[in-house]
Amino acid sequence: MQEVAQEATRQVPRTVIDDVVIRFAGDSGDGMQLTGDQFTRTTAVHGNDLATFPDFPAEIRAPAGTLAGVSGFQIHFSSRDVLTPGDQPGVLIAMNPAALMANLGDLKKGGLVIVNTDKFTDRDLEKAGQTSSPLDDGRLEGFEVVPVQLSALTKNALDDMGLGAKETDRCKNLFALGIAYWLFGRDTAITEAWISNKFKAPYAEANLRALRAGYNYAETVELFHSGYEVPPARLAPGTYRNITGNQATALGLIAASQKSGRQLFLGAYPITPASDVLHALATHKDFGVITFQAEDEIAAIGATIGAAWGGALGVTSTSGPGVALKAEALGLAIMVELPMVLVDIQRGGPSTGLPTKTEQSDLFIALYGRHGESPCPVVAAQSPGDCFWAALEAARIAIRYMTPVILLTDGYLANGAEPWKLPEVDAIPDIPVNLATDPEGFLPYKRDPETLARPWAVPGTPGLEHRIGGIEKQNETGAISYDGDNHELMSRLRKQKVERIAQDLPQAEATGSPDGILVISWGGTYGAVHTAVDTAFKGGMRVAHTHLRWLNPLPPGLRELMERYERVIVPELNMGQLSSVLQARFARPVESYTKVQGKPFKVSELLARLQLAQAQA
Amino acid sequence: MSILEDTPQYTKKDFMSDQTIRWCPGCGDYSILSQVQSVFAEMGVPRHQFAVVSGIGCSSRFPYYLSTYGFHTVHGRAPAFATGIKLANPELSVWLATGDGDALSIGGNHFIHLLRRNVDLQILLFNNRIYGLTKGQYSPTSEYGKKTKSTPMGSVDHPFNPCALALGADATFIARTVDIFVKEQRDVLTAAHQHKGTSFVEIWQNCNIFNDGAFKEHTERKTRDERCIFVEHGQPLLFGDKTAPKGLVLGSDVRLHVIDVNTDEDRARVLVHDTSNQLLASLLIRMEGAEFPTAMGVIYQVERPTYEAAVHAQIDASVARTGGGDLKKALASGSTWTIPG
Repeated sequence: MQEVAQEATRQVPRTVIDDVVIRFAGDSGDGMQLTGDQFTRTTAVHGNDLATFPDFPAEIRAPAGTLAGVSGFQIHFSSRDVLTPGDQPGVLIAMNPAALMANLGDLKKGGLVIVNTDKFTDRDLEKAGQTSSPLDDGRLEGFEVVPVQLSALTKNALDDMGLGAKETDRCKNLFALGIAYWLFGRDTAITEAWISNKFKAPYAEANLRALRAGYNYAETVELFHSGYEVPPARLAPGTYRNITGNQATALGLIAASQKSGRQLFLGAYPITPASDVLHALATHKDFGVITFQAEDEIAAIGATIGAAWGGALGVTSTSGPGVALKAEALGLAIMVELPMVLVDIQRGGPSTGLPTKTEQSDLFIALYGRHGESPCPVVAAQSPGDCFWAALEAARIAIRYMTPVILLTDGYLANGAEPWKLPEVDAIPDIPVNLATDPEGFLPYKRDPETLARPWAVPGTPGLEHRIGGIEKQNETGAISYDGDNHELMSRLRKQKVERIAQDLPQAEATGSPDGILVISWGGTYGAVHTAVDTAFKGGMRVAHTHLRWLNPLPPGLRELMERYERVIVPELNMGQLSSVLQARFARPVESYTKVQGKPFKVSELLARLQLAQAQA
Repeated sequence: MSILEDTPQYTKKDFMSDQTIRWCPGCGDYSILSQVQSVFAEMGVPRHQFAVVSGIGCSSRFPYYLSTYGFHTVHGRAPAFATGIKLANPELSVWLATGDGDALSIGGNHFIHLLRRNVDLQILLFNNRIYGLTKGQYSPTSEYGKKTKSTPMGSVDHPFNPCALALGADATFIARTVDIFVKEQRDVLTAAHQHKGTSFVEIWQNCNIFNDGAFKEHTERKTRDERCIFVEHGQPLLFGDKTAPKGLVLGSDVRLHVIDVNTDEDRARVLVHDTSNQLLASLLIRMEGAEFPTAMGVIYQVERPTYEAAVHAQIDASVARTGGGDLKKALASGSTWTIPG
């Protein structure tokens, strides 16, 4: 079957283009995330650069056919470098009227719409809140519409298998995927292998048939004027895989465990969008990883700190509401100066907020969200693959400085994917760990003169018996102390210790113009901001970009860098949290550009903001 | 854990820390500390293998006064910290000092989950039925109607019975004792240490400042034998004056009854304590009313795999299956492709 498909492909004229944004949209039960994931894998292996944006409702099964239940998966793939999932899809595959209407507004003018016309009965239209059918009321004018009877065609393909109507209909997403594969001349082999591995008979057979039927249907009935070819991107030489942010975070933590020789302990409570880190690590027990699904968020961090006391690399992963619950225990970790990593995969807040949508609004809670003077280092990942490096760095700093570290990622990075060049494992430096073993002169709070770190003295070590706790303690001895002068000394030491991390960080640098406007971004907006600034700079604008990896401490040289520019613009997916931090720290005004819609920045939005700035100049 | 021959011979003094003890003079905690120090010295466990974890409250100052490893953590959350240390370091002898407010109010959730998981450690719950450190509010074990600073008209909270809560959470070891009982307390602590799994020990403790005399009837010489029944596995459930003992029998109404034990026939009717009998444990734990004594000693004990053993067994099985994780392989999992240089 696969050979037949390839044979056919060769005879079709294909238009070569270098950049495509495609969105799959359907009910949350239609398997759109799975369909998008398969398209991504195949596209990645084809050699395109890509970025993905899964966008799904918080409800597992919102009422079928309604706008609330629409789940989407967008992929931007290209023969050039890709840093964002794309502003506007050029191709939309809509499984029902709700999916069509919820996404049509985003589609490029003249874009291609592949619609499942079997789901446009009066009842379906009513569920989607439509009084007339967009298929024939003129609302699709200006788009290239390709109507396909997805349900009926899938049913025909599986007719003789004796499956129930429901089970048959469930395969229609694979039929749609087959069409998409034909459209872009993609091999179905990767998905076929996945299906054979994932499903048991007869469902493997059913899904394979649907996929191939979709492919052959597109070919045979000449569904499109032309197929497309997006040649592979010129990525740096190396071996690549497709990776999501949460996968990369989990692997980065394992790498940190391997490189430090410390057992990895993950304490976690299920929460969207962080649970996949727990899931991923639970499958890696052969690295000695302990995953502890705690009874709540507080227990998750409590056990993590307990494990860190016991000499493990302690990690707790969560999202916004969980960070709030962990605040008190995190303060204890700061007080007892034990190394651990808190991974906050940010989502829309406050409260339950937008659990499945992205936001950067936890910067304040990461920096300040504890009682007392409780400084905590904060590092943020900038792309899905970068979560690996950020997790590794968070662990490295935690151990070196004997401190908890907060790693900020977000829902967009966590679920989004990109091709990721596999690192040379042997080239990743070890994380030195110096456990205290010598009772001679041992004091639990005697500090390393360079890092101010106290010794890591693990219970079970003969002769180092000592007590730690939340009560203020005397420097060096660790004995309980309510002395005011000592408390001030300890408060300053805890602050200075975090500030000293800056000695390990590279100088702040910017790309682009040496003067004019400086754009400062952090976290998951890197791709969109960098693309926008790069585009504007190449278009002649005096604009530069610097991206902050560390939010506490800030990188050395940032003040001087900012002073070189007339204006500073800080785009963030919050109400201006980094802007406040920078203004407070450097006492100079910055221009805040914000968005809190649960969605990442579009490059076009950022470009428009830069153009406005230039027009004002 | 080191073999016994390697273990230094300890005395109680070896488990005293250099910290000044800051409990109120006359507090029941002093006696508990003394018994624990004595028992630790006799366990054959090297001092550096003890990890004592606590939450917040008067009881939770406990780790500071022992010369072992100690961790004074967050109010109510000590079970979580203790679980983490035991998972990371299973060979440690982990002890958790907590109070009625710490374990049953703010930490109620962690308390029940620790018990159901059956992590191999000892919980010492100092129950004084009052909040001491915050200066005298009612606690989740204060009796109904208790007048305190926060309940001037009397508490309208129904109290927890800690042992009943532990039984409901499927604890595998439940014992009760009293701060000033020396031998009985030491026996219970030793049994708790020997038990594989979470050992729950409720220790009635007098707060001479805010709830003085809460357990007076149970501790005073003249009433103690009437008010306490010291249960022992395999022994008849007898209490009271040795010359004219009383016994517990099971009525046809499936309730306990107190009888005077005068004859051999009476003696034959008296229940024999069986620590593996959950129904009997439930009845003994919940004896209420003037005619009933309070059960002291090891009330319930069953075997169940410990949590940390099960967690590490899965890890060991995974390591055995793959020969240990290979980072290069893990990074390259899923589909990969190569771009030639």
